[in-house]
Amino acid sequence: MTQANKITGAEIVIKALIDQGVDTVFGYPGGAILPIYDELFQQKKIKHILVRHEQAATHAAEGYARSTGKIGVVFVTSGPGATNSVTGLTDALMDSVPIVVISGQVPTFMIGNDAFQEADTVGITRPCTKHNWLVKDTNKLAETIHKAFEVAGSGRPGPVLVDVPKDVQFASGCYTKKNEIKKKFIKKESSIDLNLLDEAISRLERAERPIIYSGGGVINSGQSAVNSLRNLVAGTNFPITSTLMGLGSYPASGKNWLGMLGMHGTYEANMCMHDCDFMLCIGARFDDRITGRIDAFSPNSYKVHLDIDPSSINKNITVDAPLIGDVSQILSVLIARWKERGSKVNKKKLSAWWKSIESWKAVQSLGYENSSSVIKPQYAVQRLEELTKSYNRFVSTEVGQHQMWAAQFMGFEEPNRWMTSGGLGTMGYGFPASIGIQIAHPNSLVINVAGEASWLMNMQELGTAVQYRLPVKQFILNNERLGMVRQWQELLHGERYSHSWSDALPDFVKLAEAYGIKGIRCEDPAMLDDNIREMIDYPGPVIFDCLVEKHENCFPMIPSGKAHNEMILGEQTEENSISDDGAVLV
Amino acid sequence: MSLKLKKGVNKQSAYNLRDPNLDYEAAHTLSIIVDNESGVLARVIGLFSGRGYNIDSLTVAEVDPDGHRSRITIVTTGTPKVINQIKAQLNRMVPVHEVIDLTLKGKAVQRELAIFKVVANGNQRVESLRLADVFRAKVVDSTLKSFTFELTGTSEKIDAFAELMAPLGLKEIARTGIVALLRGDNSS
Repeated sequence: MTQANKITGAEIVIKALIDQGVDTVFGYPGGAILPIYDELFQQKKIKHILVRHEQAATHAAEGYARSTGKIGVVFVTSGPGATNSVTGLTDALMDSVPIVVISGQVPTFMIGNDAFQEADTVGITRPCTKHNWLVKDTNKLAETIHKAFEVAGSGRPGPVLVDVPKDVQFASGCYTKKNEIKKKFIKKESSIDLNLLDEAISRLERAERPIIYSGGGVINSGQSAVNSLRNLVAGTNFPITSTLMGLGSYPASGKNWLGMLGMHGTYEANMCMHDCDFMLCIGARFDDRITGRIDAFSPNSYKVHLDIDPSSINKNITVDAPLIGDVSQILSVLIARWKERGSKVNKKKLSAWWKSIESWKAVQSLGYENSSSVIKPQYAVQRLEELTKSYNRFVSTEVGQHQMWAAQFMGFEEPNRWMTSGGLGTMGYGFPASIGIQIAHPNSLVINVAGEASWLMNMQELGTAVQYRLPVKQFILNNERLGMVRQWQELLHGERYSHSWSDALPDFVKLAEAYGIKGIRCEDPAMLDDNIREMIDYPGPVIFDCLVEKHENCFPMIPSGKAHNEMILGEQTEENSISDDGAVLV
Repeated sequence: MSLKLKKGVNKQSAYNLRDPNLDYEAAHTLSIIVDNESGVLARVIGLFSGRGYNIDSLTVAEVDPDGHRSRITIVTTGTPKVINQIKAQLNRMVPVHEVIDLTLKGKAVQRELAIFKVVANGNQRVESLRLADVFRAKVVDSTLKSFTFELTGTSEKIDAFAELMAPLGLKEIARTGIVALLRGDNSS
C-alpha cells in the first residue's frame, strides 16, 4: 500500500459508515471526536442529527433502528460524552436493539493519564454492549467498524461501541472495504433438533388448551417471521398473546388476539398462560414481568421455546422443547412439517378452550370507571387510539403507568410501530426515540405517549425537534405524580408517598411557546377529541398537556410474588393483595 | 394496608433464578479458548461477577501465539442449570471461540502448581524435607532456616501438603490455580 492510498482515520470512519449504508447519525461533538466531525462537515451522504444530550442520541438511534429494522449510529465524544451514552447502550442491550456508538477518545499516548475528558470507555461499556473495541491502529479502524456492524446486527441484535483515540483519527491508514472482511465474527448457528421439533409438533396437534406467546424476537427476525407467525395462528386457530416488546407481530384486530400478557396484561391472556397445556413461546424470554411467581408459572403445560440466543433457554423457566435459531427459519420449518403431517389440531377440545377464553374476556379486565368531570388516563389513551389509528402512525412511550395504558389500549396492526423501553424501563426514552422515528419516517404521525415525570428527563430534546422541524407529538398524561411509584407506595408502603409527587412542574404550554412550537392543555373530557385532532392537524411539534385523574391505578395487575391466576382486577379487590414475600420484589 | 416485612423473605422471589432446591451444586472445570486481545479476561471475569456466578479457580495464558489464542481454565460451582447458563453466556461473547466443560466431557487431567515457604529449625526442618520427599516436592530455594518447595499435583494433593506443612513452620503459599486438559488422544 503506497502513501497515496492512505487516508486519515476520520475519513476511514465516514467511508466505512457510507460503505455500511448509513445515511443518518445521531450525535454530539466534543474535543476528542473533532476530526470525525470535520470529515462529516465535508461530505453529503450522511445526515447528522445534533441532539442536546448524548443519552438522547442513543435513544434516538434506538427509535430509528426499531422503526426501520436498520442499525442506528451514534457519535459521542470522550469522557462525559461516552458515559452519557451508557443508559442508551444498556437499554439497547436489554431490548436487543442494534446500535453502533462511535466514541472519541483521548490520544493513545495519553490514555491512562487521567487526561482531560478521559474515561475508560471500553471498561465502562463492557457489560452494557454486545462487544466493544478500542482501536489503537488506524489500519485496523475500517475492519473494526465493519465488524462492529456485523456484531450489532447478527444473531440476537444489540449495541456495540467503537472507541477511537484522537491520534488514530488524525493518522493515515489503509481502508478495508466491507466485503473484504472475513466473516469470522459470526457464531455458528446450531441446527434445529428435528426429533425435538417433531415431538413439539405432535404436542401441538394434540393440544387441548394451547397458547402462543410471542415476543420481540419475532419483530427482530423480520417480516417473514411475522408472516409465518400470522400463518401459524390462522392455520391452527390458537389464541395468541404477546409481550410488551412483541406488540404488532400479530395484529391487534386479529380474531385470535388476547392482548398483552404479564404484570399488566389482560385477564384472558394471563389465565390462558396459567391454564394451558401447550405453550409455544416464540422469540420471548420468560422475563419476570411475564412469569410472575416462577414456581406457579403455567404448571401443567408442555413448553416449546423458539429463540436465537441459547442463553435464553432454561434461564428462568425450564422448557420441554428448546428450538434454537432464527425464529423465521424455525417457524417456516415447523409450519412446513406440520402441514406435511396433515395440518392437524384438536378441533373439538380447541373450541371448548375458546369458550373458556370467552368467559375470561367477559370479565373485561381493562374496564375502568369513566368520569365526565376529569379525564381518566385510560380514556385519554383510548381516544388517542381511536383518533389516530387510521393514520400511518408510530408510537413511542416513556416508562410507567402511561406506558402500560398505551400497551393495553392502543392496537398495533404491524410490527416496528411500537417503540418502548421494556427490559431496562428507561424513563426519558420516549421523547428522543420519537425523534429518531420521525427522522426515519418524515411523513408519518409520530406520537410519544408520556408521563410528565418521564418526559422531563429528556425534555432538552425540544431543541432537536425544533431544529430539524420534526412534527413529533408529545402526548403527556399529566397526573403530577410519579404514577407507577405512587401506585406501588399505595399498595405496598402504607400510602406513604415518599417523593413521588412532581412538584414545581413547568407550564407545558408556555414551555412549548418558549421553543416556538404548539402547546395544548386539556383538562375537560368533553374537549379531549377536539384537542387531539388539533394536535394531529398541527404541522409541527406539539406538547399536549393532558391533565388526568391524579390517583388512578393501573389494572389489571399481577401483584409481585403472585401467579397468573391471582391477578387483581380493580380497586375493590386490591386489599391485602401483596404478601410479605412479594413485597421484596421489584 | 400495613406491611410487615420480615427480613430475608424472598422464597417465592422471581429473582431466585438459581433455585438451589431443584438440583445439587457441583464443581465444573471449564476450558475456554479465547482471542488473546486486550480486555478479554476482564470480559470473562465481568460476566461471572455481573451475573453472580462463582469462580473457585482461574488460570489464563496464551497457548497459540500464531493464532493469538489463550486458554482460560475456570473452576466454578453451581447447579446444572447455572452451569448451563454460564456456558451459554460465555459462548455468546465475541472473543470466545470454544467452551469445553471438562467435567461433563469425560476424564480430564487437572493439575495445579504451588510454592510453599517453610521456616523452621531442627527436627521440624528435617521433617518438612522428609515429607516433601514423600510428596515429590522439589526444593527450589533454601536458607539455613527455610525451604521453598515446589509441588505439582491435584488440588487435593496440594491441600494435603499444605495441611502437613502448617505445624512445621509454613509461612506462605502461592498457587497457580487449576490447569486441565482432557485425557486421551482427542483434542477438545
